[in-house]
Amino acid sequence: MATMTLRETIRDLTAAHLDARHLVMGQCLSAVGWCGNTLPRRQDMTELPCSDVAGSGFAVGAALAGRRPIYVIRYQGFNWLAASFIVNYAAKSKALWGRPCPLLVRSIAMEGQIGPVAGSSHHSVYHRMPGIKNFAPMTPGEWRSAYEEFMAGDDVVFLSEHRGAYDNAEELPPLRPERPEIVLFPISITRFSAAQAAIEMLVESARVAVHHISVLKPFQLSLEASADLRASVYGGVVLDDDYPDGVAKALAFDIATVSGRPMRVMGLAERTAGFAKRLDNLPPSKDEIKNLIRKVCYP
Amino acid sequence: MILHRIYERAALCRAFEEECFRRIKAGQVTCPVYLSAGQEYIPATVSVWLDERGITDRQIFVQHRCHSHYLCFGGDPRALALELRGDPRGCAGGMGGSASIHWPPANLYGHDGLMGTQVPIAVGACYANRKPTICFLGDAAAEEDYVLAALGWASTQSLPILFVAEDNDLAILTKKRVRRSWNIHEVAKGFGLTADVVSDVPEELWRALDDCKWPLLLNVRTTRKYWHAGAGCDDPNTFDRHLAVSAALDAGYVMDVRFKALEQVKMAWENQCPRIGNFARCGLPLGHEGVHRNAHEEFIQIDVQSGSH
Repeated sequence: MATMTLRETIRDLTAAHLDARHLVMGQCLSAVGWCGNTLPRRQDMTELPCSDVAGSGFAVGAALAGRRPIYVIRYQGFNWLAASFIVNYAAKSKALWGRPCPLLVRSIAMEGQIGPVAGSSHHSVYHRMPGIKNFAPMTPGEWRSAYEEFMAGDDVVFLSEHRGAYDNAEELPPLRPERPEIVLFPISITRFSAAQAAIEMLVESARVAVHHISVLKPFQLSLEASADLRASVYGGVVLDDDYPDGVAKALAFDIATVSGRPMRVMGLAERTAGFAKRLDNLPPSKDEIKNLIRKVCYP
Repeated sequence: MILHRIYERAALCRAFEEECFRRIKAGQVTCPVYLSAGQEYIPATVSVWLDERGITDRQIFVQHRCHSHYLCFGGDPRALALELRGDPRGCAGGMGGSASIHWPPANLYGHDGLMGTQVPIAVGACYANRKPTICFLGDAAAEEDYVLAALGWASTQSLPILFVAEDNDLAILTKKRVRRSWNIHEVAKGFGLTADVVSDVPEELWRALDDCKWPLLLNVRTTRKYWHAGAGCDDPNTFDRHLAVSAALDAGYVMDVRFKALEQVKMAWENQCPRIGNFARCGLPLGHEGVHRNAHEEFIQIDVQSGSH
């Protein structure tokens, strides 16, 4: 059986979603590549006007009406406009009135010469608010699992996607060397760099464990991750494609509290990105992660 | 007689708000309260018109200052009185206070507290299920950018939606002319909606409702009797539509309606426990939240015992 990529998985599940008379809503869905070719090429999706704030309100209204909309946000920076309806209405509706407002938000990240708004991930925007499940699926299985959880329940689910993962057809199991020196907890696109860094560090005889995080909230530290962290020499690092003052530090705090081990974070640099290549603000690369490991383990 | 039906709904709203006013003054209601007195002929007329025209499978979206909408669309006054006191048996389990009330049997959706958000949400719901949708907003909410975008998309999609802008000319105390140089009904026309400006005289509003094609925006000029929030009066000489309508009706009838309304309101406020027939959160999954479960179940049991509401 041919292995499906993440892109194909999203596209197939979206087509099935439409077949079931649910809604798929967003701006310019059919334009320029159908959102990284993750959308089926059909006309029954709802093209919204380019009103980012009101658009999320339309999606929330459709969710209240029970159509289980998938609301597509083409660039994660647009969440700053879209979030108000999602966090203040959809996420609170059940608590305030007992009315579920099941909404699936697909938010797509990318980076590299894309400027101060459209680049990187912004899942931290939603993370602090109750009533939203926050996922960053990078594999076909993770996306399917998140979708199935959305369809089985009545919650608001935010999916922090990354275009760099759409070609991925593999699941990403944890890497667990014996007696690790350090444990990496990568999020989003940093998961691929972290796994590569851990493998390459074997050449330097460094034992680096990797425990991927795709469920940001509700977060649960796996028993294996906890065991590796407790056995580690130098504790762990949460890696993120967002600014570190958000999900990364929140999860690092949770992990440190549970494990009693020191935790660090590494994410975007504390500055605004520009359009020129030299002004990019990119997620931690494989080499940057390796350098951090060397710095922590072999100062 | 249609005017009588409108009047009876408005009179209930007025009696409720006057009692609420007294209870705020007496310190029995402590949450922020947005009294709708003075503006009650808008929901009273719209609700009777919808009933009269057979538009019964509908959905209603409101924001704060919506006690009258709740009552006119059949909300239980007792559940509202409890809500204002933060009681878990209130229409929103005590979570909604005055501003975020709802009434599921009438498909009346609660508001989250951000002014005007009910407009895009109403448009989205209407797009999704094509049910006749009535969306009430204030003249200040009309200035929210996302409200304007929602009017535009309702027009683009030719949705069966009625926007009722309740224009009391005030954002707290700031007058419209200070805030903007345009009129929402003209903007709505620019988007391609049918739109008009009318007063809250029931006959005039009724005619506009009858004459206009949906999607429709009616900017209805009205007068807020009390403060923006709380129990007070900015100007005791403010025009009062209820007094004007009452004066035009038979005095005996007016007295009778007022007596019945007062009696109903008195029961609502005093009969706190436990005869709320239409349990507060009806239409929702049982025990959807642990914190409300007992109260919810109590309502159901009481319903069974007392037969009906």
